[in-house]
Amino acid sequence: MTDTAWIDLALVSARPQAMGALLRYFRSLDLAEEAFQEACIRALKTWPKNGPPRDPAAWLIFVGRNSGIDKVRRQARETALPPEELLSDLEDRESELADRLDGAHYRDDILRLLFVCSNPALPATQQIALALRIVSGLSVKQIARAFLVGEAAMEQRITRAKARVAAAGIPFETPDAADRAERLAAVATMIYLVFNEGYSAMNGPDGVSADLCDEAIRLSRLLLRLFPSEPEIMGLTALLLLQHSRARARFDAHGAIILLEDQDRRLWNRPMITEALAMIDKAIRHRRPGPYQIQAAIAALHARAERPELTDWNEIELLYQALERLQPSPVVTLNRAVAVSKRDGPEAALALVEPLADRLSSYFYYHGLRGGLLKQLDRSREARVAFDRAIALATNAAEAAYIRKQLDHLEADAIASITPAEEKQ
Amino acid sequence: MLYAVLCYNNEDVTSAWSQEEEDKVMRDLTAVQRKYVEAGKLGPVARLLPTTAATTLRHSRGETVVMDGPFAETKEQLLGFYLIDCVSLDEALDFARELSAANPAAGSYEIRPLSLFKPGELAP
Repeated sequence: MTDTAWIDLALVSARPQAMGALLRYFRSLDLAEEAFQEACIRALKTWPKNGPPRDPAAWLIFVGRNSGIDKVRRQARETALPPEELLSDLEDRESELADRLDGAHYRDDILRLLFVCSNPALPATQQIALALRIVSGLSVKQIARAFLVGEAAMEQRITRAKARVAAAGIPFETPDAADRAERLAAVATMIYLVFNEGYSAMNGPDGVSADLCDEAIRLSRLLLRLFPSEPEIMGLTALLLLQHSRARARFDAHGAIILLEDQDRRLWNRPMITEALAMIDKAIRHRRPGPYQIQAAIAALHARAERPELTDWNEIELLYQALERLQPSPVVTLNRAVAVSKRDGPEAALALVEPLADRLSSYFYYHGLRGGLLKQLDRSREARVAFDRAIALATNAAEAAYIRKQLDHLEADAIASITPAEEKQ
Repeated sequence: MLYAVLCYNNEDVTSAWSQEEEDKVMRDLTAVQRKYVEAGKLGPVARLLPTTAATTLRHSRGETVVMDGPFAETKEQLLGFYLIDCVSLDEALDFARELSAANPAAGSYEIRPLSLFKPGELAP
């Protein structure tokens, strides 16, 4: 790692806190971003010479605030910028000052910043784009690549999102406990969306979509540091770590999907799993179950099974029942059906799946699972119809390829079942 | 004399490492450790999970309270530690210097002489 790489990391880590404080000072996302940008430029100039400050965030807040104030003043044609060397010599004394200013606020600052990006008035794609731009500091180009859209389109999307946020009003009053809880829930959802965006766009262990997953994990750890006693945030962190721990095993060399039961479990990232299991242990002590904790517990049961046949499907099915009670949704029922099929066979699972037809008619996984169950029951013709529907609904090449493989199996089975009859003739 | 070498750094930064950076740092640190292992000087080496995984037991008003999170909110966090047998503080400092050189994002290393050490039986 070069020195500049280290500085980049320090800037990225300090960004949420510094941006949050600058947003509070300037009450405008654009001004805060400009001020932070300016502070980063100065950091890149002075840190290699003077070494990094002990508290990068405080340094950036201090410098960013001064340069922002200068900008406002310059616009008012008052004073010139102070000479560079004055700014380069920021001593710890001054960062202590910045510290005192911000120590009491930093939790609400970061939460506000995250919450601004999680504004429920914004569509999910705008929330994700805004968070990646404002909180994570990804470039518009990087975000556009993650979403597979052009840079200009992404620029527009972010501009629109910012305008919406400004129109909705950024909440600057100190939140009470109820506000905090509400903001926390919205932020958790946004982080989950960022992760899912990365997870579903992935077609290999690396690349820009994996970066999105890493970023979501980083944000959920950040949230957990701010709110260390929130079991749902522990659950969220654990869930993301467990899902992401399988990144290296999810695809073959050609980018084709490898199902959970067929994955090489030695490729799962053990440190991530260890951390997630520790999180779940901590969360359970609070005895306040919630959707993220339950989903994490389900993922943990997969992670704990050394071999697929050791998976505790009964426990998984019970957890899905609990999740259905908390958050009834056809998708949760569909997932429960998978557990039922493993425990009780395809017939019982199909009985659970069929009633979901109307609500999940345009859902890839519904048709994929249904096709698979029909196939197991030797109802090939119906299975083929279901798989055809699934292919039409696949959202990426890997999904379509997986279903095509299922159809090929059906063909092969059909041929195999005809062959003996032909031999008789 | 036995010394504990305690590694402190900003975990925001260390947890933002890419897998490649992480792997390289671990390789380089292992290379430093090897020399001391071969000399029979290196005791247990431990890396801690992030402070978000920590739980703290406190004593307050005559009862114990369990809190989520680390004991103290600090700018740098305790990330791990080494136990090493050295003839002098200078040698322990040399070991810390080598660790520091192997890890470009190195934070600080606190060197604390031990007053008691029971190796126990634990080996994963």
